[in-house]
Amino acid sequence: MTKALTLADVNVTIKGSHILQGVNFEVEAGVVTGLLGRNGVGKSTTLRSIVGLVPRVGSIKLFEQEISGLKTHEVIRAGVAFVPEDREIFSTLTVLENLKLAERDKNPDYDTVYNLFPELLKRKSQRAGTLSGGQQQMVAVARALLNKTKLLLVDEPTKGLAPKLVTEVADALEVAAQATTILLVEQNLPLIKRIAKNIIVMDQGVVVHSGVPTELENPEFAKQMLGVSGGSH
Amino acid sequence: MEIFITLFITGFGLGALYFLVASGLSLIYGLMGVLNFAHGAFLTAGAYATWYFTTSIRADGSLSSYVISLFIAGVVGALFAVATEQILIKYLYDRHIDQALVTVGLGFVATSAYLGWFGSDPLIVLPPTQLYNTVQIGDAFVGIDRFLYIGVAALVLIANFLMMRYTRIGLIIRAGVENRSMVTALGIDVRKAFTFVFFIGGFAAGLGGALATTYASGVGPTLGDAFLIYAFITVVIGGMGSVPGTAIAAIVVGTTQVLVNYYVQGLGDFVVVMLLALVLLVRPQGLLGKVAH
Repeated sequence: MTKALTLADVNVTIKGSHILQGVNFEVEAGVVTGLLGRNGVGKSTTLRSIVGLVPRVGSIKLFEQEISGLKTHEVIRAGVAFVPEDREIFSTLTVLENLKLAERDKNPDYDTVYNLFPELLKRKSQRAGTLSGGQQQMVAVARALLNKTKLLLVDEPTKGLAPKLVTEVADALEVAAQATTILLVEQNLPLIKRIAKNIIVMDQGVVVHSGVPTELENPEFAKQMLGVSGGSH
Repeated sequence: MEIFITLFITGFGLGALYFLVASGLSLIYGLMGVLNFAHGAFLTAGAYATWYFTTSIRADGSLSSYVISLFIAGVVGALFAVATEQILIKYLYDRHIDQALVTVGLGFVATSAYLGWFGSDPLIVLPPTQLYNTVQIGDAFVGIDRFLYIGVAALVLIANFLMMRYTRIGLIIRAGVENRSMVTALGIDVRKAFTFVFFIGGFAAGLGGALATTYASGVGPTLGDAFLIYAFITVVIGGMGSVPGTAIAAIVVGTTQVLVNYYVQGLGDFVVVMLLALVLLVRPQGLLGKVAH
């Protein structure tokens, strides 16, 4: 297995709170890996530590390149794209300005973005702050898909979305997965079962299990690991 | 009525000078969260550059020498600002109290240095004779220099608007004011934008310093300090990070100060502070301000 990402003994302490307490896991290249766990166990912090948005110690390797000492913009330029929880689009900028800001490649792939999200083309001159939650999520995902990346980190992309939009976002992630590796934090277990090849489960700041999505079919497993009954959340 | 017109345009001109100082302060705070108490020192540096240029290098009293001195003052202010950012501020990002203390200290040091180099007495800067002319508006005769301040501030505002709207660095600054960490999460080295914002903020302050020598008929070591207080009030009223908000607030502060000082006998400064308190109570983020993440 080619490893796209390797975390070894990653620790994060924020304002005296020891949130990640020695996180270790590997992400297989070229597939979608789900990062699961109850609320507040450190999933989002793990993604933010990978891109350097929180101070971290430990080893983080992107295809064997150590990136834990890099600043956030250097991690991104090394080939990582990040879709944060709650979208964090720039509400005062237009849709197109949000996308232009994310351009890094000489030929950003607007064709793929507009094919996946034709709504964004129609609304490219609209202020992003006036979009619906689902449309804002499209902008957030589209920003990550504009450039060629080695690793895509996506944090709860379907949170708060209507079922139809969940399907659209899942479609977009499947398209993205054909060209890159995805580490996906998600509470929506049917989505994980649909697109993920591997799963990693966290609890209280550490990884407690690595496996495959079919394990989520077992209600006992889902309840023990995630505190849910195994269907949707 | 003619007195009102004269006072109003004088206040408008003063507001234009406040804007030149405050626009940089506003952007620097909005983007970086840096309360730059040394900003007045950039203005004073520009003012001394104008004095030196128009008395020692091209002392012919011509309009062209004056115009060149404005540009030189802007460059001096910009270089001072960039040096401040590169030597002091960039090591203290996200350490806001340390930044404030360092810039307060730099402001004191700069004022003392000006005092040591140039003395405590104001140095006279004679503007070109064209600026002594007046323009008749109704029955009022208004000094043409007031329109120069307003014109230069308007040019800076327009240039700022065009830069913000149509350039990539402007896009980065607008996004950074809203959510700086997300800008870095898109692969952008936002610190380059920080340096650029210090450059344009320092340029505007230096330019303001050059014009302030005409408004105040000279330059002394504390010229920038006097303007800095009102520039901060302007920034807070307009909204941190909003240049259009700063422009509106500068006009309000300048005209209020001058009109109230005349009609209510010296209460202009008090009323401006009351205005600040009112805005903080009713709209804490300022007229057009947004909170950066």
